[in-house]
Amino acid sequence: MISQIFILSSKGDRLIYKDFRGEAGSDAVGTFYEKVTALTGDQPPVVMIHKHLHFVHVRQGGLYWVATTTADSSPFTVIDFLYRLTALVKDYCGSLSEKSVQMNFALIYELLDEVVDYGYIQSTSSDVLKNFIQTEAVTSRPFSLFDLSNVGLFGAETQQSKVAPSSAATRPIQSSREQGGKSEIFVDVIERMTVVVGSNGVLMKADVQGEIRVKCYMPSCSEMRIGLNEEFSIGKSQLRGYGAAVRVDECSFHQAVRLDEFDSHRILRLCPSQGEQTVMQYQLADELPSAPPFRLFPTIERDNGGRLLMYLKLRCDLPPQSAAINVSATIPVPKGSVSLSQELSSPDQSAEFRPQSRAVVWQIPRFPGGTQLSALFKLEVTGLSSASMLEVGPVGLSFELPKFTATGLQIRFLRLSPIQPGPLQRWVRYVTHSDSYTVRI
Amino acid sequence: MPYLGSEDTVRDLRRALSNPNVQSDQLRYRNTILKVIRLMSQGVDVSGLFSEMVKACATVDIVQKKLVYVFLCSYATLNPELSLLVINTLRKDCQDPNPMVRSLALRNMTNLRLQSLVEYVEQPLTAGLRDRAACVRRVAVLGWAKLHNLQPKSEIDAAVVNELYSLLRDPDPVVMVNCLRALEEILKEEGGVAINKPITHHLLNRLKECDVWSQSEVLRILQRYRPQSEDELFDILSLLDASLISPHPPVMAATLSLFLSLCSGLPAVSLAALERVRGPLLAACGSVSREMRFTALCHIQLLLRSLPGLMGAHYKRFFCGYAEPAYIKQRKMQVLVELVNDENVAMLLDELKGYCTDVNADTAQAAISAIGRIGRSYSDRCLEILTGLLGLKQDHITSAVVQTMRDLVWVCPQCSDTVCLALEGCEEMLPDSQGKQALLWSLGVYGDRVSSAPYTLEVFIDGVRSEASLGVKMELLTSTVRLFLCRPAETQDMLGRLLHYCIDEETDMCVRDQALLYYRLLHCGIEETRKVLQGRRSDPSLGVLIGRPAEPVSHWERSFNTLEPLWQSTINTESANRGSPEHVTFDPKINLSDTLSSGQFDKVHSDSTSQSAESLEDVLASTAVVPLSLSPAISPEEFEDLWLRRLCSAAEQGVEEGEEEDYVCVTEHVQCPAIPHCSPQSLQAAMQLVNIQTLAFTPPNTLPWRVYLYTHTQEAPTSDKPGSTLILGELLYTGEANQKGGLGDGDDTDETEDREEKQKEESLSGLGRWDLTRKNNEEPVKVTLKQQPRDDKAVRGFLSILTTVLRTLSSERD
Repeated sequence: MISQIFILSSKGDRLIYKDFRGEAGSDAVGTFYEKVTALTGDQPPVVMIHKHLHFVHVRQGGLYWVATTTADSSPFTVIDFLYRLTALVKDYCGSLSEKSVQMNFALIYELLDEVVDYGYIQSTSSDVLKNFIQTEAVTSRPFSLFDLSNVGLFGAETQQSKVAPSSAATRPIQSSREQGGKSEIFVDVIERMTVVVGSNGVLMKADVQGEIRVKCYMPSCSEMRIGLNEEFSIGKSQLRGYGAAVRVDECSFHQAVRLDEFDSHRILRLCPSQGEQTVMQYQLADELPSAPPFRLFPTIERDNGGRLLMYLKLRCDLPPQSAAINVSATIPVPKGSVSLSQELSSPDQSAEFRPQSRAVVWQIPRFPGGTQLSALFKLEVTGLSSASMLEVGPVGLSFELPKFTATGLQIRFLRLSPIQPGPLQRWVRYVTHSDSYTVRI
Repeated sequence: MPYLGSEDTVRDLRRALSNPNVQSDQLRYRNTILKVIRLMSQGVDVSGLFSEMVKACATVDIVQKKLVYVFLCSYATLNPELSLLVINTLRKDCQDPNPMVRSLALRNMTNLRLQSLVEYVEQPLTAGLRDRAACVRRVAVLGWAKLHNLQPKSEIDAAVVNELYSLLRDPDPVVMVNCLRALEEILKEEGGVAINKPITHHLLNRLKECDVWSQSEVLRILQRYRPQSEDELFDILSLLDASLISPHPPVMAATLSLFLSLCSGLPAVSLAALERVRGPLLAACGSVSREMRFTALCHIQLLLRSLPGLMGAHYKRFFCGYAEPAYIKQRKMQVLVELVNDENVAMLLDELKGYCTDVNADTAQAAISAIGRIGRSYSDRCLEILTGLLGLKQDHITSAVVQTMRDLVWVCPQCSDTVCLALEGCEEMLPDSQGKQALLWSLGVYGDRVSSAPYTLEVFIDGVRSEASLGVKMELLTSTVRLFLCRPAETQDMLGRLLHYCIDEETDMCVRDQALLYYRLLHCGIEETRKVLQGRRSDPSLGVLIGRPAEPVSHWERSFNTLEPLWQSTINTESANRGSPEHVTFDPKINLSDTLSSGQFDKVHSDSTSQSAESLEDVLASTAVVPLSLSPAISPEEFEDLWLRRLCSAAEQGVEEGEEEDYVCVTEHVQCPAIPHCSPQSLQAAMQLVNIQTLAFTPPNTLPWRVYLYTHTQEAPTSDKPGSTLILGELLYTGEANQKGGLGDGDDTDETEDREEKQKEESLSGLGRWDLTRKNNEEPVKVTLKQQPRDDKAVRGFLSILTTVLRTLSSERD
């Protein structure tokens, strides 16, 4: 049972406030923000208590999504619901930010009104909601050079684009109806890697969490069939086919997915509802089918002048045709570090020393597979001792691997039956993110 | 900008709203209303526009209607009279052909929360229950709950309740669940909606139609149901099995709660259910949402209380990601500590070591204290890491390490040597009072072993004027007096200064009184002071050695799937930052007496203290009679050599109790059936507590089960007695198998011999505290002791210590 729901900006401005049961006053908003700011660190605990009020919040899109509730309500339900709410708002408003929430407050009130009644969650399915939501989303279209790049001389389309513009999936789902937006379906395979590499280069832990997300911009959609790799197998014992097997440990599906063709042909059948939904989730533990994407060869020593020298060689073990983007390596350095001088191998890289997080951050915008980069960092450290070498590391890497899945999962085909009238665009996208990629030194 | 001159803004808006030109233009009208709502949600008081908004309500534009209703519901309680004007529009809307308009009107009618409107609302609500459209029925059902809460004193209308019960069969699942919710609120005084067998089975059968939220609601309400027969129970359980491993955490958690409440009488089934949810819970731990991860972690902690081995193989899942927020990292570390075992300890400590230098000081401290917790079973490795951390010379790390070492030494006195060495010279690195208190306590208790202790204390005493913390001052007093007891020459002068300052100049009553107490105590004499102050150096509860026993599920079942586990142990970690370990309790039942003072008044143990604590006191008392020591250490080879030599000579003599010039061999039987099932770690730790070294074990639960151990007794040498003796011992447990064979003749004589032996031993030792000759189903553990040189008194003392330890361990296992 949820008593109130409110959305606060990171600065504490009240964007949305809805009281469902009239039990707690609206000063709860102030109380919540006071509690958040009273804490040191920027990560307040998920549950906070003030007298008999229990605040449960999630952070999403830089905003606080808060529900007040009673002690005996299920945290799984409340948190899952708040996440579902953020997903709905994202579906309806296109993106999730302070600005989009501010501009679409009427729509969000309408959503909240339909989704929750008297503190009880009614329905969050977008199929049901689309009949009730009347307000249209307001989107801001920031001027962007990227939009121009697709338009050539005299307005001719230069790229018969094989690649969807990055903004394609960040538009509100309802615009397709009134504004005559394109009918599109996006199928995203998103994987998150958690890796720990020991100081000797041995892989100590490797987990992959993956999901297939379908984002549908069609007002009504008939059955869709998604074909996965034929060699896809679940669990340890099963091996299928002769090719390189794609294996996951556990796999779960959305309620709406029909699996009658899954066992024989690895085909998922579903009728996607409007908006975004996770069709399948899977995980792979303690094992990677290929080498981990990055290896680090660090050399760390003290020079005579009391400086700390860090010579880092980073190798990207991806296949040569793929590349990692937005790579950033965070190297914790000893307390007392004052300044940094650096030698990087190419000008597009950058490195800086961040005193508040006590780390050197080395950023590489694009890192092709099969190559190697090196960097030399010289740190002035006051009171450098042999013990402070212990404080260097472990190095955390964050990156994005577009068009790459760590498990090797691929989508063979995407069919809609019966064929939709009118133009329909189908997109399949793959990406692997680093959830946590740690290399010990 | 809306905050400045909000009155002007409101005036402008009022003018716009009442402007007929605006009213005729739908788009402008709607935009003006949007502005009002925007101001409202920003917290500006726009209640003055109420009458204009009431007018705006009568429109065909649904979006505008919805917006106006948002406004009206927020301000209706402030304007009950004007709200009456809305009711007509609302009632008219309830007749609208569009079901969406009907449900909208009905919902907002009940959301106005005005008592005066109740009479107008009842009729449309009754009609709403029978509406064709499900969305209207959903709203109407909950409307009755709202109405009831608006006038809680009023009588419950039986007709409505019956209608709601019958709507449980509504084809729409949300209507069904809303009925449950409404009945639950309306019938709160009667204990909520009646859950009988037909309703239960109806709900269970329709579970599949419901969405995630409805499912968890139904499962929660079903917890009240008690199946009438075991068959029915298992039918329900097998029906629910699929939702137990649901990929949706709310359903999984609600199902597990229901399982646990249904199976409260069947612990084995509950445990099996816990095993079953491991997969979904671990998946939730790796969820994209950090908050969901945290929730899953907190609930895993609950599960581990009953099934400590549940996550053993998956410990790597609890390694921290570097970008995770501190609250998740700390929980993960708490879980990791629980999962430590012989195979993964190296890996785990390596991982935890990495967290100790975290930028976040709280995370670093949590990691250090986690290492300390692991140190209770793997002290050497952990102490190595902890002393290494002192080398970093960082304030917050040093402080955390000193506190951790204090806690460690309190439960594992065998670590004291390393700790004493490490404590030298870290007083400069302690900025916070917690760390200072920890250091002072350790110096007071182990002052005789830390050579620089008086100098360190002197620094503190010189700075006592500027010391702000009350806790530090109190601890300083106690430590100085304790140090004075063991090193009077060096401490006398500074103790005098400290007492003088505390009694004459200190303003805090607490410190002053304590100083006065010590002053008067010293007047009574050194021995008296020693009796009061020279107390325990270690945790008397042995809680660590025995390990935390698996709790029954019922201990935490009530808090499962509530918010409680999410905030609960934040309180625990706070209380971990505290003063002397004596004040703290790992087991509350033992603390009753300890709270009186620093735990030295052993005599006043209240009756409620457990038997184990008392028997431990016996141990400690007898240790005082026969001081045992571990040095000089004996290597396993030496032990084997000595043991076999004695065996040969004993066999030659042909008697069990061999008597020779320089050694004695004693056999004793101890009734402690659970001992052979103890983990080697706990046994070893327990033995070390009383200075008995265990050398070799057979793994637990194997037969025959053996343990070899040794110790030295130390006493002042007298003319007829040697100063110290070496005792070698063997514990042997042959198990029930042997007893079956015991029907034979040959064994029988053996047994009688044994019994005679026992009686002899009993008379010899005069320790007939329990019936040794009692026949029991369980075979006793046979204790063989060899002593060199012979000293009956010492060996008797040793035996009593040993048997007490064994029985304590055994009773804890039971």
